[in-house]
Amino acid sequence: MSVRLPAFQSLLDVHGSDVYRFCVAMVGAVDADDCFQETWIAALRAYPKLRRADNLRAWLFRIAQNKAIDAHRARSRRPVPVDSVPEPAAPPPAVGGAEDSEPELWARVRELPPKQRTAVFCREVLGMPYAELALLLECSEDAARRNVHEGLKRLRKEYSR
Amino acid sequence: MNDFESALRQAAGSLPAEPPASAGAKLADRAAADGLLDVAYATVDSPLGPLVVAATPRGLVRVAYSEAVSRDEVLEDLAARVSPRVLEAPARVDEPRRELDEYFAGRRQEFDLPIDWSILRGFTLKVLRETARIDFGELRSYADVASAAGSPRAVRAAGNALGANPMPVVVPCHRVVRTGGALGGYTGGLERKEFLLRLEGSLL
Repeated sequence: MSVRLPAFQSLLDVHGSDVYRFCVAMVGAVDADDCFQETWIAALRAYPKLRRADNLRAWLFRIAQNKAIDAHRARSRRPVPVDSVPEPAAPPPAVGGAEDSEPELWARVRELPPKQRTAVFCREVLGMPYAELALLLECSEDAARRNVHEGLKRLRKEYSR
Repeated sequence: MNDFESALRQAAGSLPAEPPASAGAKLADRAAADGLLDVAYATVDSPLGPLVVAATPRGLVRVAYSEAVSRDEVLEDLAARVSPRVLEAPARVDEPRRELDEYFAGRRQEFDLPIDWSILRGFTLKVLRETARIDFGELRSYADVASAAGSPRAVRAAGNALGANPMPVVVPCHRVVRTGGALGGYTGGLERKEFLLRLEGSLL
């Protein structure tokens, strides 16, 4: 009748780190914690109603993708303080990159359309199979492949600029 | 092209290995506040090895010797029998942890914590409820417990019910022994039953 779902903690144990990395890549280190918490609370809320226990990773990352989009929207609505002194521009990262400076590549990934962002991350960081990526993005495998390809093409173009 | 590939590698490598250490507790607190934490558990050290202690909002639901049953088995069983919303949340099982510590230190003879009996049914429930009434330092036979549960002839069934006790130590199935004095069996292994009976002065 109903599926046998694993204990929720085991999802957190297995996928927690990858979801956190996704949040950092998608919304930046400052907002990553909130994005992470919102993702897992939403997942926990929906969990008992799940009809299938396969593809839990794709399900989780779909939620994380939505929460990252919410975070982007919230940020664009956030008032920009005008009466504060702007911080001096950060020096450009040294070649090779300082350990704690965020690579600007993620900032560029964040400018891609949402599906391309997710596709680039899941493919390049997680090595996710296209079939799983298609489930995550709720599209065909071909479309998933195209999202990865288009995303990488745009990044490469901007990078070589 | 190659520069881009290496920038991509570097960007992937720059991501943190793990979420901050506080993330789990923060999630558990929020889940509890939102009524989404159906089963909270922690692993607790004891003289009998690590224990998995789990509670629902109604009370204690599971104590397991994790050297006898793996943590994962315990969690999967709780997921199936109570709810899949199972999270590690030590702060939510503070009370049972404290009482167990006191018991093992010889400073407590009775547990005062609420128990969630809802995963138990029928004769097993009756037997374990009767077992919960056996005082510290007392012993009963399997036949006594079967009678107290209303079925004097169901001695073997009473033994099975005790063997399925989801809350050993707190529901003191170790206080039930064979008529004639042999110890009988124990979920966590006989040496644990002996340890507990010695702790209570029932065994020299």
